[in-house]
Amino acid sequence: MSRIGFGAAMGCIALAGLLALAGPARAQNDVKSATLDAVKKRGQLICGVDTGIPGYAFQDSKGEWQGLDIALCRALSDAILGSPTKIKFIGTTSKVRFSVLQSGEIDVLIRDSEHTFIRNTQLGLDEPAVNFYTAQTFMVRKSLGVAHTKDLNGATICVLTGTTLETNIADYNRANNIKINTLLFDKPEEAFAAADAGRCDGYTDDGGSVAAARSTMKQPGDWIFLPETIGGLQPLGPFTRQGDEAWTRLVKWVHYAMLEGEVLGITKATVDQVKSSTKDPEARRFLGLEGDFGKLLGVDNDWAYRIMKDVGTYGEVYDATFGTKGGLGLPRGMNSLYSGGGLMATPTWH
Amino acid sequence: MVRRPSPRARAAQWLLLALVVAAVWYLGSQAGSNIARRHTTFGFGFLADNTNFDIPFRLIPWSVGDTYARALLVCVLNTLLVSAMSIVAATLLGLLVGVMRLSANWLIRNIALGFIELVRNTPQLVQIIFWYVAVLQTLPGPRQSIRLPAGALLNIRGIYLPSVEPAAAADVLWPLALILVLAVPFAWRITWRGLPLGAKSLLLGVLALAPFALGADHIDYPALRGFNIAGGIQVVPELLALWAGLTIYASAFIAEIVRAAILSVHKGQREAALSLGLKPRQVLSKIILPQALRVMVPPMTSQYLNIIKSSSLGAAVAYPELFQIFAGTVLQQTAREIEAMFLLMAIFLSINLATSAMMNWYNRRVALVGR
Repeated sequence: MSRIGFGAAMGCIALAGLLALAGPARAQNDVKSATLDAVKKRGQLICGVDTGIPGYAFQDSKGEWQGLDIALCRALSDAILGSPTKIKFIGTTSKVRFSVLQSGEIDVLIRDSEHTFIRNTQLGLDEPAVNFYTAQTFMVRKSLGVAHTKDLNGATICVLTGTTLETNIADYNRANNIKINTLLFDKPEEAFAAADAGRCDGYTDDGGSVAAARSTMKQPGDWIFLPETIGGLQPLGPFTRQGDEAWTRLVKWVHYAMLEGEVLGITKATVDQVKSSTKDPEARRFLGLEGDFGKLLGVDNDWAYRIMKDVGTYGEVYDATFGTKGGLGLPRGMNSLYSGGGLMATPTWH
Repeated sequence: MVRRPSPRARAAQWLLLALVVAAVWYLGSQAGSNIARRHTTFGFGFLADNTNFDIPFRLIPWSVGDTYARALLVCVLNTLLVSAMSIVAATLLGLLVGVMRLSANWLIRNIALGFIELVRNTPQLVQIIFWYVAVLQTLPGPRQSIRLPAGALLNIRGIYLPSVEPAAAADVLWPLALILVLAVPFAWRITWRGLPLGAKSLLLGVLALAPFALGADHIDYPALRGFNIAGGIQVVPELLALWAGLTIYASAFIAEIVRAAILSVHKGQREAALSLGLKPRQVLSKIILPQALRVMVPPMTSQYLNIIKSSSLGAAVAYPELFQIFAGTVLQQTAREIEAMFLLMAIFLSINLATSAMMNWYNRRVALVGR
């Protein structure tokens, strides 16, 4: 009896050991994210966006949110909840955007915000992916006869407060020993109006916003962009709270999925056809026909297919917002795929 | 005989105090743990750091790279400037409209009524933006400036006044002028041959300007140079819009206070004064207003406090006051949100407490002394 008992005990220990070994291996597939769980339970994604700027995020005449940042929110909601419309958009000013994210009022901040060292370290925020590369650009009236940024000595420029733009101008003034005066506004609408009325000689912001600003002027043709940019490259993209890696990872790969679709040559119109006929293993894994990409992120395996179908690829979204279809006519430039001479690239998927 | 509170009432008060202390302690510890959770610290050391932004409008010298503490001083002065300008202007305008409201003339009375109702029943922020966008931004650009008398210019960038450029020796004249100005209230009360000097003492103030006129090197007239008008003193439209918005809004309320105060003076006072042969203007200035003043002072205090607090609306029209810079730029550059808000509240609280202390002192002075 005692022998059998001993054997049974050994067996139990061995089994426990096996389970213990299997434990961590299984946990890799088991995505744990407080934010993701909260979104699923709520059945709604809460996305912090801009209060309204053409190109990035604005409400059209029907009250629908449109824009590049909005598309990323929609893709995220589509991946998690299976619908691109289960979202509550919260317009945030440049002043409060990070506090709103830190306090947990929003799940993710996608608000044409620049990724910086201080925001990553001191503010304790993660910067999952860059969805728009740009640089600080000046827009002035043609009639001023200014051709270069250095000629702006003595000019007054309308700027948004609480941004990196103010610091860039201060640095540029000091480095070049000139004086570009600033006028600080809280909201883009008021800054645009002041520039249009002639209170300032020009307006400055990142390239995308300046293109948006020009589209709101009474006579867009009267305004020109200066060729030089200041302050170096500005990578704009979403922010998440630190301490929830799985959530940050999901935001990152939703953005990459929109790029990967473009790399694979998929479009909104052709995704169904590709899904039913493709032999390309990469496309098959991407669209959830093979492998477990979705499960590894904590969503189902059709996530990328749905994004392609409902939102489209990064290229399609760019075209519909900043590009020709969006009416801003901003060339893709740095935001082209790597293969097209731009900076947009995705890590390898397999 | 003083009634002692019952033991139960005492117990209730102690309980209330304990609850308040517990609530404050709870909120404080919550703030503490939230700060820790956000991986941040609490401290005002950043005030000694160097800034990296410009403040577009200031009363004292400022350059990029000065400390945050100096930025704070610049902003406090900007806030005080617009508050003081608005308090003075709103008092005068409110007094005028309040007296007009009681005029025997139908037209004057109803103009005042229309003004009050229009101003009092629209939001203040809307009014400030109206002055900024709908009025001041429709002015012509710098190259088509409107010429005003005495060489001043008016355009979308503001009003440009000619300035007196003092000669090199003018530095020593400053304290002298200051002393002359400060002496005015004392001179006001000096009696000479049995009569107080009164308004004649204002001559001292004029006299204070004389050294500057004598010591002036030249008058600097504003003129177009490059992008902007250069020379002279620029009064920016942001200040003008905020000043107009704060003044006009508060003046409507002050007018009603003035009207109520005048009506509170017993009508027998007016009848007696008239029967003594005083002219209507004398009745108003010698009999009615001095008595109405006593009633006016306490509600005026709260109007003044409102003006000071509302100056933070300047953020909407790009006027760099305390709120605009410290809750905007500084908060973003330093990521010191709690500290920035703490500073804002502490400073507004101090300014307002000082103002109401001053008004209370004035109230005690003009109050009827009970005998």
